[in-house]
Amino acid sequence: MSKIFPKSANALPLQIVIFLAIAGGVATAAVTYYSTPKYLRVGYQPVQPVPFEHSLHAGQLGIDCRYCHASVEKSATSSVPAAQTCMNCHSIVKPQSPLLEPVRRSYETGEPVPWVKVHVAPDYVYFNHSVHVNRGVSCVECHGKVNEMTAVWHDKSHSMGFCLDCHRDPANYLREPKDVFNLDSPTLAAQGRLEKAHQNIRDWKIMPPQSCSGCHR
Amino acid sequence: MGAHLADHPAPAILAEVQPASLPRKELVHHGRDFHWITEKICGIVEGPTPTWWWWCFGVAAFVASFTVAGLTYLVGTGVGVWGHANPVNWAWDIVNFVFWIGIGHAGTLISAILCLLRQKWRTSINRASEAMTIFAVACAAIFPVFHVGRIWMAWYLFPIPNSNYIWQNFRSPLEWDVFAVSTYGTVSVLFWYIGLIPDLGTLRDRFFTVGRIWRARIYGFFAMGWRGSNRHWSNYEMAYLILAGISTPLVLSVHTIVSFDFAVSLLPGWHTTIFPPYFVAGAIFSGFGMVMTLMLPLRAIFRLEDLITQYHIDNMCKITLATGTMVGYAYSIEFFIAWYGSNPYEGFAFINRAFGHYAWAYWIMVTCNVITPQFFWFKAVRQNTTLVWCLAIMVNVGMWFERFVIIVTSLARDFLPSSWGYYSPSVVEIFTFFGTFGVFSFLFLLFIRFVPIMPMSEVKAVTAAADPHGPHPH
Repeated sequence: MSKIFPKSANALPLQIVIFLAIAGGVATAAVTYYSTPKYLRVGYQPVQPVPFEHSLHAGQLGIDCRYCHASVEKSATSSVPAAQTCMNCHSIVKPQSPLLEPVRRSYETGEPVPWVKVHVAPDYVYFNHSVHVNRGVSCVECHGKVNEMTAVWHDKSHSMGFCLDCHRDPANYLREPKDVFNLDSPTLAAQGRLEKAHQNIRDWKIMPPQSCSGCHR
Repeated sequence: MGAHLADHPAPAILAEVQPASLPRKELVHHGRDFHWITEKICGIVEGPTPTWWWWCFGVAAFVASFTVAGLTYLVGTGVGVWGHANPVNWAWDIVNFVFWIGIGHAGTLISAILCLLRQKWRTSINRASEAMTIFAVACAAIFPVFHVGRIWMAWYLFPIPNSNYIWQNFRSPLEWDVFAVSTYGTVSVLFWYIGLIPDLGTLRDRFFTVGRIWRARIYGFFAMGWRGSNRHWSNYEMAYLILAGISTPLVLSVHTIVSFDFAVSLLPGWHTTIFPPYFVAGAIFSGFGMVMTLMLPLRAIFRLEDLITQYHIDNMCKITLATGTMVGYAYSIEFFIAWYGSNPYEGFAFINRAFGHYAWAYWIMVTCNVITPQFFWFKAVRQNTTLVWCLAIMVNVGMWFERFVIIVTSLARDFLPSSWGYYSPSVVEIFTFFGTFGVFSFLFLLFIRFVPIMPMSEVKAVTAAADPHGPHPH
């Protein structure tokens, strides 16, 4: 039979097994690392039409998140401000800055500034901002320290697993309601007041849904 | 005690013992020898491709394209192109799935249970039946996978850790089904392949001898260095026996779990404890129907009458008769329990089956499954190959309708009259199902062209020449 296969073919079965093991291992590792939201979404930082600095406005100047994102406590969505909100200050502060030209144009024409959305929840996810911030889930839990970012980037993975980590055990992620918009505040758990977090969960009946239809209707 | 008996042996009742002569049925006619068997089986693979094969292959490929087109359209558009709608959300897809999975069971029964029970007549039909099993499982798998709709999400069926934290509901019989069917498919392929190895070695050597080196290489690759040494045979027999042992519970478990898809629910007409044995009997019934549908034409085309004898056909007919009668018994018991249980919903479900909107399907089912096999009581029927083949086709038709009746009538008329409906398949659904017969035939035609359709070594082992205690023909 030596003429059908060379002698080296004897090693073939072992070589095939080793090859498949390595190929399978590499494929698994690659998928685990590269094809999850942790890799695909985190770090996304698009160039915006106006180089708005959150670190300057929310960080240095200490403007409250709600000054611009006004509907976050009352509505499912956290609104993006109209040019009017910007012009409240910028009609006086740097009124001639060329960087603010799109804002002024928007103010005059009524056409919104074409901001690029950084955090996009898919259509099949029904996320409600108000229910989260009113029960002590701070902006920072999902958006990171926006008060330290120049241009906003996607800081957390926003995978379904990310949501479920908190939905399954919210106590570790809660703050006092007064601290929700203070992005530098520690969580109750970090303050060593986990008991208080549990008490809030009991008193306010915080029961984050874990069923499919809780978020996908 | 023993010593006492030995001291005083009982007086012989008969002066001379004359055991009755009960010769075993001959499994290979005309005293065909080893060489003839090798030439016959290898000749099918080695000879030129017959014209009829090309015609059949072309037709099969054309029919299979219906499935490809139907599934492409479904993936491109959405699962709504099938005719499902409330309240019938399981329809032809699950009917077809259970139909094809059921057909596979005869192959496993023949290869595993009949092997352990030392039914030697299995040898000339087991290879083709196992191939039938594998191709039937492949056809079956199409339907639930595509019913998922977004097939790129079908991997959610398996417990693979993912960033969505989606985990399977292990209390659902549908999840059990995933494991039952994938185990079944895997073991069937392994069993089939292990059995093929000695024959692949034979083909490799024969192709090498006549100088067809590429064929020798391909068969040689799959023969995995088979030399036919004692050590090889010893390992081979042990591996085969172990796989037969592993496959044996699968014959019963797979269709049991398929029946749990229905029996574990609360729907009248589904929620019955008779389902597992009833489904298993039905699966073997339909499987033997399909084995005969395939083997009888093969026997005629390749002139295999010496290897697939009347005795083989008789046995297959008798198993069909036995399992068909069990199925008929199950039908009657379902009605009896519906009456005896005094549950008005259950009672209605069965009266509705026989006399409701789908009564036509019910009576097709009863005719094909209960009445058809009863013809196999008669020797004259069993000896008429054409008639046996027609009856086997009827069995296949009947078993498809059985699944249709169970699934669709129960869903269309459940507890609340306000949610009643009537289901009709869409054109896409019909074409997709029709096409799976092409897929199956396509694969089976490739099988008979490139793979020895009988295990030569096993057939040789049941010839008279191989029996060291029997009368030698030469």
